[in-house]
Amino acid sequence: MANTNSKPGASDVDGHEPDRRDFIVVATYAMGAVGGAAVVWPLIDQMNPAADTLALASTEVDVSKIAEGQAITVTWRGKPVFIRHRTADEIMRANAIDSAELRDPEEDETRVQKPELLVVLGVCTHLGCVPLGQKTGEVKGEYDGWFCPCHGSPYDTSGRIRKGPAPTNLEVPPYSFLSDGVIRIG
Amino acid sequence: MSAEKFSNPVVRWIDHRLPVFSMLDHEKYDYPVPKNLNYMWNFGVLAGLALVIMIVTGIVLAMNYTAHIDHAFGSVERIMRDVNHGWLIRYIHMNTASFFFIVVYIHMFRGLYYGSYKAPRELLWMLGVVIFLLMMATAFMGYVLPWGQMSFWGATVITNLFSAIPFVGESIVVFLWGGFSVDNPTLNRFFSLHYLMPFLIAGVVVLHIVALHRFGSNNPIGIDAKGPQDTISFHPYYTMKDMVGIAMFLLLLAVAVFFFPNAMGHPDNYIPANPMQTPAHIVPEWYFLPFYAILRAVPDKLGGVLLMFSAIFVLFVLPWLDRSPVRSARFRPVFRIFFWLLFIDCILLGYLGGMPAEGIYVLLSRLATAWYFLHFLVILPMLSVFETTKPLPKSISEPVLATARGVA
Repeated sequence: MANTNSKPGASDVDGHEPDRRDFIVVATYAMGAVGGAAVVWPLIDQMNPAADTLALASTEVDVSKIAEGQAITVTWRGKPVFIRHRTADEIMRANAIDSAELRDPEEDETRVQKPELLVVLGVCTHLGCVPLGQKTGEVKGEYDGWFCPCHGSPYDTSGRIRKGPAPTNLEVPPYSFLSDGVIRIG
Repeated sequence: MSAEKFSNPVVRWIDHRLPVFSMLDHEKYDYPVPKNLNYMWNFGVLAGLALVIMIVTGIVLAMNYTAHIDHAFGSVERIMRDVNHGWLIRYIHMNTASFFFIVVYIHMFRGLYYGSYKAPRELLWMLGVVIFLLMMATAFMGYVLPWGQMSFWGATVITNLFSAIPFVGESIVVFLWGGFSVDNPTLNRFFSLHYLMPFLIAGVVVLHIVALHRFGSNNPIGIDAKGPQDTISFHPYYTMKDMVGIAMFLLLLAVAVFFFPNAMGHPDNYIPANPMQTPAHIVPEWYFLPFYAILRAVPDKLGGVLLMFSAIFVLFVLPWLDRSPVRSARFRPVFRIFFWLLFIDCILLGYLGGMPAEGIYVLLSRLATAWYFLHFLVILPMLSVFETTKPLPKSISEPVLATARGVA
């Protein structure tokens, strides 16, 4: 490898054959690059979520106290989660539409674990505002679900986008029933 | 003219419009450095490296720190336990602070031994003392940020130094605190200033280097380079020599960070600050101990403060206290003895600063303090007059060539 009499095609840009010194120089730079990367990584990785932040990644909610037609907002990972105890009428309207017509086609039953309990992230899929429609008296939009006032995106009673600029339905967070009346989000 | 220097066309295009590459090239190759520098000349570069490490790790720590009395201690503990690699980054920051002072103290003693403060390098030396002062202020405020017991009481004691000023002292202290004790406003402004001052240091470092490059480095013989035969280019000769020092510096730093991360700190600073109770024995960080010993040596509030600040300000006028035309201690046999006495005196002051202010320690502190000032204010001026120096070589090359001829 370090033979200075090797074939002429192996010469580098300076016109001389690669020799031991070239090998040492390249190896030194490579070692320096590895060392540099090892130093830089902790300085970058410290910006990722810390252990205590990750530990707060799940929230338990008692949903048994939510009356029919009522909705509550809980915090999960610093974001609002809408939990709505839907009325029979709302469930019926969510199922009445042919999902193939929707912008983000999804059946209502794939978005819920129990039909009366809808759990969605209260974050508009357009640019992250919190849609209105949780509190009594707030505008719910023309599909009677939620309405994002920032850029005008109405969601239906299943949290699906129906008009406006938002590209997808309100996200359903991962959750499971710990018992009949308690769910754990995350 | 410079366009032909670079083979890379992009570099050539940029350099024609923005001659940064020519400037770097000039400093690297055209800057003549005396060819006889020893490893003591590594420490300027090492100090620069320490400053860079401090700024980089400090910016990263600031992303995870909360400057509030209720959260500061907890946020530092969060950095140590929860933030990814937070323990590593904080330990590097803590230990590099100590290493920064070690390196700078060696750098300063190097300057004292080889007479690097003498004409025409007086301003270079004085800018260095400015950097040292800024470093001390920055380190002090950084030590307050974790808001442990030593942080709080260190802040209280150091800010109270200003209360020694007659008439306006109390008002100044209230101004520094932003209240009637060290409290949240104090912590907030210290954090702001702790972030600002390293960049001021970097600015003065630039001036320091500009002043250095005006006449170039001093050297162990202390005589000026007479021409190209006495110098070599900075690159690759001194870049390589500096790399050896940098490798050694990083190795020792790694040993401290990974095996003795708290050796140079104080365990009491892992107790949250309590304004109602002072720890029985408070000491500043080790690098302040010599000055702390001087402060305590004087049985008078204002006198102690004045003497402590004078210990640093005497360095400003050093070029005019030592009038001997010979720079290097190699040719000053008497000065050399007093240099080492001063060195021992400073170590002794450092030891005494860490001891309780009672009994024999008080007496020793007074003697050591007296010797410190005697050295600068009496011995150095007298040596300038009475010392018989050894004959200087004619050039940097001469002693080397003479030895070579002697062997041949």
